[in-house]
Amino acid sequence: MSEEAVKSLAGLGPYLTIVVAAALPTHIWRWLGVLFAGRLNEGSEFFIWVKAVATALVAAVIARLILFPVGPLEGLAVPARLAAAAAGFAAYIASGKTLAVGVVVAEAVLVLSWFILV
Amino acid sequence: MSAPDAPQTHSTAYWVGQGALNLFSLPALVLMAAQVGFAALAREAGFSLTQTVFMTFMVWALPSQVVFVGIIGSGASLFAVVLAVGLSAVRFMPMVMAWVPLVRTTTTRRWMLFGLSWFVAITAWVFAMAKLPDLPRPARAPFFAGFAVGLTLSNLVVVGFAYALIGTLPDVVAAALVFLTPIYFLMALWGAARMDADKLAMAAGLVLGPLFAMVLEQAHLLVAGVVGGTFAYGVSRWRRKRPSR
Repeated sequence: MSEEAVKSLAGLGPYLTIVVAAALPTHIWRWLGVLFAGRLNEGSEFFIWVKAVATALVAAVIARLILFPVGPLEGLAVPARLAAAAAGFAAYIASGKTLAVGVVVAEAVLVLSWFILV
Repeated sequence: MSAPDAPQTHSTAYWVGQGALNLFSLPALVLMAAQVGFAALAREAGFSLTQTVFMTFMVWALPSQVVFVGIIGSGASLFAVVLAVGLSAVRFMPMVMAWVPLVRTTTTRRWMLFGLSWFVAITAWVFAMAKLPDLPRPARAPFFAGFAVGLTLSNLVVVGFAYALIGTLPDVVAAALVFLTPIYFLMALWGAARMDADKLAMAAGLVLGPLFAMVLEQAHLLVAGVVGGTFAYGVSRWRRKRPSR
């Protein structure tokens, strides 16, 4: 199979493509984070702001993974994905932040709606 | 909220071990299951076993890996792929900036922070934000290393085995495994929130992310993060400074 061509960009070969197009664009932000942390203090207002921005960014990524997923999740309608996430989160809160309960409820709703809808 | 710089009563190896013991926890297990979903995704996209394990180690960020695997087969140019992956990883800059003040001591070398930052991803970051503030400062970096490096290495094994053993998963199983990532992140992020600002920021990001995605093309995550985080910070600051009744 000539699969190599599919995963290789600009003649880099698959491994260099992974390094250049996946690893570097990810790590650059980690390195910039270390650089810009400077003498940032745990108790400072700037720290609180930076952490809020980080949290909002992670939340935006979560929303994207639920609403605009890649792969097999696309097969399930958006309302079903949202319902599963909401039910899981509600169960997590109701159970006094028990991760296992939240995960099981979310997955149960997802799989159940899959068998009903798909 | 920071713990006192207590005299170091345990060795570095002890704290590395304590961190590693936390690998036997639900968050680590959920991440492993999510990585099984990724292994199936990568296999379906035509990546070999070694390429998939290599990618997991080199990138070590599930959303970046998923975006990369998803876009690479679509005939996108090198520049487009770099842009898509890079924009989905912007969160690491503020995440690492918030993580550095927790792990470093007055003697921590910068190269060590660069090295350790490799292993900062959502699971380890949430773990760090929740656990490190309660530990004596000299224990934090080794404790984090024990958990985060251990998490990366054990997941390489998981990805390798999943790729080799599972083959093609039924769609419903693959979907359930892939869904673990956002659902776990959702709860872990809430669990790690220590202040009002964090909870408000999370709510703002959840709403603004998709909202900006409809208006903007690629930069929506960045904009949602900065606008949502700043809004949350402003509201929480106003509430903190307000004279209490």
